Order: sequence, then structure tokens, then C-alpha cells
Amino acid sequence: MMCFGSTFLAAVLFSTAIGAQAQELRVAGAADLKFALSDLAGQYEKLTGAKVNVTYGSSGNFFAQLQNGAPFDLLFSADMEYPRKLEAEGLAEPETLYKYAFGRIVIWTRADANIDPAKQGWNQLLDASVQKIAIANPDHAPYGRAAVAVLQKAGIYERVKSKLVYAENISQAAQFVQSGNAQAGIVALSLAVSPGMKEGKRWEIPADMHPAIEQGAIILRAANNKAQARAFLQFVKGADGRATLEKFGFTVPEVNLPAAGKP
Amino acid sequence: MEALLLSIKLAICVSAILLLCGAPLAYWLANSQWRGKFLLESIVALPLVLPPTVLGFYALLAMGPRGPLGRLWQAVFGRGLAFTFGGLVIASVVYSLPFAVQPLIAAFEGVDRKLLDASAVLGAGRLRTFWRVILPLSVPGVITAVVLSFAHTLGEFGVVLMVGGNLRGITRTVSIAIYDHVQSLEYVEANRLALALLGFSFAVLAVVYGINRQVARQIGRRMWTPWAPR
Repeated sequence: MMCFGSTFLAAVLFSTAIGAQAQELRVAGAADLKFALSDLAGQYEKLTGAKVNVTYGSSGNFFAQLQNGAPFDLLFSADMEYPRKLEAEGLAEPETLYKYAFGRIVIWTRADANIDPAKQGWNQLLDASVQKIAIANPDHAPYGRAAVAVLQKAGIYERVKSKLVYAENISQAAQFVQSGNAQAGIVALSLAVSPGMKEGKRWEIPADMHPAIEQGAIILRAANNKAQARAFLQFVKGADGRATLEKFGFTVPEVNLPAAGKP
Repeated sequence: MEALLLSIKLAICVSAILLLCGAPLAYWLANSQWRGKFLLESIVALPLVLPPTVLGFYALLAMGPRGPLGRLWQAVFGRGLAFTFGGLVIASVVYSLPFAVQPLIAAFEGVDRKLLDASAVLGAGRLRTFWRVILPLSVPGVITAVVLSFAHTLGEFGVVLMVGGNLRGITRTVSIAIYDHVQSLEYVEANRLALALLGFSFAVLAVVYGINRQVARQIGRRMWTPWAPR
């Protein structure tokens, strides 16, 4: 009862705080965007003086939260499926779905690992010193599905299957390798180029080895601040936004058209 | 269902270990006159306060090849500790420690000193007194300790998420499986599993508290439970 009471109180305080800061743009971002989106938000804040508050998490969690009225203006998902579902359920602004990037994946190890993926690519995963390979959970994480696809295409999936450990999201897959509990991992390039991980060894997996990791952003119907959300999305679509995404390891779509509407 | 069985197996292992290791610790804490005792009591209570993410984070580092636990395990068993059932058991034992030790302390402290003196006068050693006097009188506390550590482990999520690696049949406990279903938008499956866990948990608690009531009546004194209505 105590616990429920304090949760309720926290919820009330939380929603009051949001009401007081209606000008702040609230963005939900997938875990692989941690560094790119923070950089984009910083640039945008400098440019416009607006305040952007980004929360990072798994796209699936955000989806469930948004279905239940989470107070976000904009969602940057790690796939297209969740934004499309939000649109279909009438929870998003129609015609605002935008495919902002394709995710890239790499085989990553610590700098002090026995193997060097840069030299032999996926063959290194067969090395005896590799006892555990961390990937995101392929059941719900797009990066995990891509990782499994790569292993299958390389013809080594059956041989490494017993070494795989599933992380809740791509960021946790990186943590498993960074902490040394897994000796290698298949993680997002956007994380592998981040300050904490760029010291490690990595091999960029050719994009044609896995289904494209299309990532979509969408403005939410319940947004407090739709004009600001549109302006921020416009910034991400612009030259600076695209350059930033590329710098952080994403491939930006060639044709820069909104991917809105049904096929 | 595999996940639910795994969680039950984990909870049984953890509550058994906690009973075996927690009882001597609780006995010592209940009787020691040592001045620094409060420090140990604080350490035992820490998992009550710390979020599972803190415990899970340190467990992950400790079990790694550079961590003390990981190095020891590697030396003895020749393999890593994270992402194994053994790793989950160790992390859960730490996580549920206060839920076993605190009811035991309360139970041991509640035993009438006069009975202990009588036992000593009649020539029984401390061990014999423990087995023949203290333990039988502490049965409700022991039951509470076992049930709480069992229940707490059964519902554990954060620590398992941090160190488990989500391996089917090894570390994919029921709470993780439910989380996965929700993540995959399989709400029907999530609901089915969640209901099974709810039903099972309620059944266990109801049976145990029922038994506890009987025992407490027989012993003729109040049982120690943290939230039961008096």
C-alpha cells in the first residue's frame, strides 16, 4: 500500500513537472541512438534555444508505454514496425513517419581480446577463446535479428548457436562484451564508435549480409508540442542532421522522402 | 512453462542455500555482543535498499574475467560464471539475503532466555540447545524466512536481466520470459504466463501461511511475519 501510494505520488509530481515545462520537447529514443541523438539534440538546442529532453530505452518498451499515454512528443524507434503500429492505432500523427537511418552492425571485442575481428571477420567467432557471443534478443530487437541473419548467411549459425547470449537490447549486448563476460558481440556500429567503445576492435559487417535495419521516427498524436517536434524532425532530415547520423555510424537513406502512408 | 519451472528451481536452490547459510549467520547476529555487529547488520540489510540494477551491475563486474568471483570460478571450474545457472543462484542469494536472515534473527531473539538457561543447566551444549530448543521454537520464523526468500527469488527480475543473458532453460526465468513477450507485443502469451505465476505464487503463500498459523498456534505464541494482520 505504501509502495502504491508513493508511486502514485511520484506520478502526480512527474506529470505536474511536465505541465510546467510545456516548451520542452520530449523525445523517446532507441538504445542504439544514445550518442547520435544526444549530439543532434545538443546541436538543435544551440540552434533554436529550445530544450530537448531525450529518454533512451527499448523501442518495444516505448511502444507499450505510448499505448498507455506516455508523455512523449516524438519517437525515434530502432525499426519501422513500432512507428507503423502506432500510426495504425491512431496514436501517431498521420504522414509524419520518417525513415531517418539504416543501422549498421559490427563484430566487436575488447582491445585486449585474443582475437581480432578486423583481420578475419566472422571466422574469429569460431575461435576457442570465444566462449560467449553477445547479441540483442532476436525475438524483439531488430539488431538481434540482423545478427542472427549474418551468422546464418556466413554459415556458422549452427556452430556458434550454443555460444550466443541474448541481451535485452543492443546496448546491453555491448555491456556484456565490455565487462568481459562475453568475448565477442555483434553490436550496433553507432555504439562501437562511441567514446567508451571506440578503443575496442571491430569489423564492420557488410550491409548486404543482413536484412536492412530500417529505423523510423514519428510524431505522436498526444504530443504537447507538435510544432517543435516537426521542427526537430526537419532538422534531423536536413544536411546537418544527416551528417551527424553518418558520423555516428548510421547510413542515411538516399532519397529523402517521408516514408509515410501505407504501401 | 519451461521458464516458470526454471524460476521455481532457482527459488528452491536459493532458499535452501539461504536457510543453510543464513541460520548460522542469524544465530550469531542474534546472540553476539560484538560492538561492530551493526556494520554486519547493515551489510545484510543492504539488498533491501539497493535497486536490483546496482546489485546486477556489480554482479556482472564481479563475475567477469577481471572480477574476483569470476577469477575464482574460472580457476576452480574452468569456465565463466555469468550467463550460467550457478551465476544466477549466487546473485540471487545475495539479493534475497535479508529476506532470509531478518526473520531468522527475529525468531532466534524471540526465544525465552530462561529456556536456554534451563537447557544449559540440564547439561546441554550450545549446539544441542540450538537443535532441541531454539530451532523448534523458531519454526514460524524459519518458515517465514524460507517463504520470503523463495517468493523474492521467484519474482526477481532486475538482477537476472543484468547477468542472465536470457538463455532458454538456463537463465530465462519466468519474469524475463514475460518481459520478452511484452517486448515482442505478444500480450496474450505474456498474460498467460503472468497469470500462471500469479496463481502459483498465491497458492504457495496461502498454503505456507496456513501452515504457519497452525504451527504458531501449537507453539502458542505469535508468529513473526512482516505484514500479516495481527
